[in-house]
Amino acid sequence: MAKIETTFLDFTYLDLLAEGETAVHRLDPRAKVLATAVFIVVVVSFGRYAVAPLVPFFLFPAVVVARGNLPAGFLARKLLFVLPFVLLVGILNPLFDRETALTLGPLAISGGWVSFFSIVLRSILTVGSALVLIATTGFTGICLALERLGVPQPFVVQLLFLYRYIFVLTEEAVRTVRARELRSCGRRGKGVGAFAPLVGTLLLRTWDRAERIHLAMLCRGFRGEFHVRRAYRFGTAETLFTLGWVGVFILFRLVNVSAILGGWITEMLQ
Amino acid sequence: MHMADALLSPAVGGAMWGAAAGAIAYCSRKVRSDLDNRRVPLMGVLGAFVFAAQMINFSIPGTGSSGHLGGGLLLTILLGPHAAFLVIASVLVVQALFFADGGLLALGCNIFNLGFFPAFVAYPLIYRRLVVGRSGGGREVAVTIAAAVAGLLLGALGVVLETVGSGVSALPLSTFVLMMLPIHLAIGVVEGVVTAAVVSFVRKARPEIVESVRETRPLAPFPMRPVLALFFVAALLVGGLLSRFASGNPDGLEWSIARVTGKGELTAPTGGLHGAVSSLQGKLALFPDYRFKQPPAGPKPGDARSGEAERGSGTSVAGMVGGVLTLLTALLIGFVLKRRNTSG
Amino acid sequence: MSHHIVEVKELRHTYPDGTAALNGVSFRIRHGEAVAVIGANGAGKSTLLLHLNGYLAPTSGEVRIGDFPLTRETLPEVRRTVGMVFQDPDDQLFMPTVFDDVAFGPLNLGLPPEEVESRVLDSLARVGAEHLTEKPPYRLSGGEKKRVAIATVLAMSPDILVMDEPTTGLDPFARRRLIGLLKEFRHTRIFTSHDLDMVLELCERVIVLREGVVVADGPAREIFRNEELLAACRLEKPLSMQGCPVCGNVTRQPEDIIRNRKGAVDE
Ligand SMILES: Nc1ncnc2c1ncn2[C@@H]1O[C@H](COP(=O)(O)OP(=O)(O)OP(=O)(O)O)[C@@H](O)[C@H]1O
Ligand SMILES: [Mg+2]
Repeated sequence: MAKIETTFLDFTYLDLLAEGETAVHRLDPRAKVLATAVFIVVVVSFGRYAVAPLVPFFLFPAVVVARGNLPAGFLARKLLFVLPFVLLVGILNPLFDRETALTLGPLAISGGWVSFFSIVLRSILTVGSALVLIATTGFTGICLALERLGVPQPFVVQLLFLYRYIFVLTEEAVRTVRARELRSCGRRGKGVGAFAPLVGTLLLRTWDRAERIHLAMLCRGFRGEFHVRRAYRFGTAETLFTLGWVGVFILFRLVNVSAILGGWITEMLQ
Repeated sequence: MHMADALLSPAVGGAMWGAAAGAIAYCSRKVRSDLDNRRVPLMGVLGAFVFAAQMINFSIPGTGSSGHLGGGLLLTILLGPHAAFLVIASVLVVQALFFADGGLLALGCNIFNLGFFPAFVAYPLIYRRLVVGRSGGGREVAVTIAAAVAGLLLGALGVVLETVGSGVSALPLSTFVLMMLPIHLAIGVVEGVVTAAVVSFVRKARPEIVESVRETRPLAPFPMRPVLALFFVAALLVGGLLSRFASGNPDGLEWSIARVTGKGELTAPTGGLHGAVSSLQGKLALFPDYRFKQPPAGPKPGDARSGEAERGSGTSVAGMVGGVLTLLTALLIGFVLKRRNTSG
Repeated sequence: MSHHIVEVKELRHTYPDGTAALNGVSFRIRHGEAVAVIGANGAGKSTLLLHLNGYLAPTSGEVRIGDFPLTRETLPEVRRTVGMVFQDPDDQLFMPTVFDDVAFGPLNLGLPPEEVESRVLDSLARVGAEHLTEKPPYRLSGGEKKRVAIATVLAMSPDILVMDEPTTGLDPFARRRLIGLLKEFRHTRIFTSHDLDMVLELCERVIVLREGVVVADGPAREIFRNEELLAACRLEKPLSMQGCPVCGNVTRQPEDIIRNRKGAVDE
């Protein structure tokens, strides 16, 4: 139960981060959505043994975290939560792919380990960029960006509703769980028999709430069309941000910055 | 189980995005044309409900572990397939963004695996067909379980195919299948039992909620052909474009052919099947850069290998040193910017 | 403006599960009146209010708003005339920010953007929530939510204001402010409340419901003096009409009110 509450707290915390007042926060959400999308596609487009060429891509999240004044430690902790599934699948790579892919002095590293490491890097980069996006843009911003990039309105509108009521309903769920916790001893009272009415009741309450919300909308003249305020503008800053980063990503894709840098260093040392 | 960005190639991820986007567009049109604007808040709020419900655990008898509701089938039973698909998709969007479940590129896969199969396969073909007019009792429970299991197994199969098709993980197809299916069979049974219990609770309390979907919503078959067509167009486009962009080493095709010819040497338990799949990939040239690395017939591991590895991905001593340095530089830039930020 | 009357005739409502919540309720409220509907928990107050804007359809009987009966055809018009504040403000605030939420109604009325903005800011100022404009509703306190919910309704400039328990969850200051706001509002006001002191202060007229029937309908002061009736309906005298627990004297405030009211009647 404590876990539920921390998950929820993390959620509200991420939401709060999006209220920041930095230049990154103020950018039109579309710029950030587009840059992040390109970033992810470029990162996953590398071959499965790519490790070093992926590293320069840390520049993007690092810069945005810094300029957006985001708490790096918190984001890193969130990242740790999601690694398990990827690790589970990735950890088998070393078992199936035992060919030596590279030797470091006496140490022979198999292709499996290299690709495993590549998977880890990819997931940190892709998932991290998604977190950074939400922390600088906010869910509403992303939804509005999506709408303006052509996503159908019914979908966007119910995304907004979903987000709005997550806060209300998770609180309800947390209260319910707490009440159950206080009245059940150990595992008793937590079986499916008690679960169904608990969740069923929550569902019924939710259903009624939806009808009241709909009524509240009708009372205020709702006819099926949603009018949203459009406060954002895609200006010079946005164009620069998007094109600049896309340019950097393409450069990193074509040029192996790590290898060049490493080459210089090893040469200098010799 | 959620698909993850890290296991995906852009071609597969992009194709699944295309498919998911097409389905969302189609369902949005469908929902809008229903002219029942009562559904818009209902859908969103039920999406939030799924979240809330997933926070409530129950213990699974005899196992000592606990589970939670997935919600895909429940939503479909309550809302009908089109609206439910949109709701599942939005739940996944929020999960991808906030809980970092999967990631953004994998979102297309996840929407397809977890939304399309329960809403447009398991529900119409199993639940609707078998449960209609005979609500209640053991039969309904059995049918619900069957539908939940079918939805989840198909979803798991989707994860497997997408992962193997992407070729980032070295896991052979059959091992992966053997790993995923039993787990999802079990999850499916639990999901079915719980869904049936919640549905029967709701029916007892407010029969009109469960019945309304069935009565007012004649089942329109999902137009499979446009979806498939879209799917392939998206796959070709994305695959064609990205693989050109992605294959820095032009010998991808050679390599897969070499591997096919060296099939006898394959050590993986399912070399045959996997070899066939990847040779198909090689021929389609969709994913040339993501071939499975197998020793070509003959040469000793070591010389050829390290040369290839270096060319393909730059993993060498210089690469390692450079990588660490680049990482440090990136972090340092961030750190400096941050300092400037807080001081200025 | 005599057409903003609210008339309910022999209204009955039975919920799908068989609960008879209203068993023949009739009354007529004239333009500009402030009327409180009071009664015990489960007396049917919320059920009654939900009929006034057509959320619930009568099982039998009739509701008339202005000159027309409430039917499917007149529903959109009626809903624009009747502004309703719900018991739970979370039901009413569904947009991403407070501003968007208050603007939702005016935008749906098709007003030009400047007009929308001025209406939004004006109604937020009236409930003392100007500083919350850019906040998302889920990050407001209960009382702030309530105030914003009231603002969303005010922004529609309704002719009839219907509120289900407007003061629950408000701190004393916010409550006082709301009472002031409601006093200022010149149109018809109908609300339910368990806050009997507020009822006494705001309303000339009180309707008492018990088990879905009107058991009393008349001037507030008279009804609150009828101890038998109050006891039978699980109500009690407003505190300001009760003796002081320490010295046994009735506080001076009610007399002031009576004097004021007499003055008003004399005029
Ligand atoms: N959705 C519903 N289904 C069935 N019965 C209901 C429903 N809503 C209310 N009731 C019943 O109708 C009766 C009147 O309820 P109502 O909500 O109108 O009471 P109320 O006077 O507003 O009470 P409170 O002071 O607690 O708000 C109660 O007996 C209640 O149990
Ligand atoms: Mg009530």
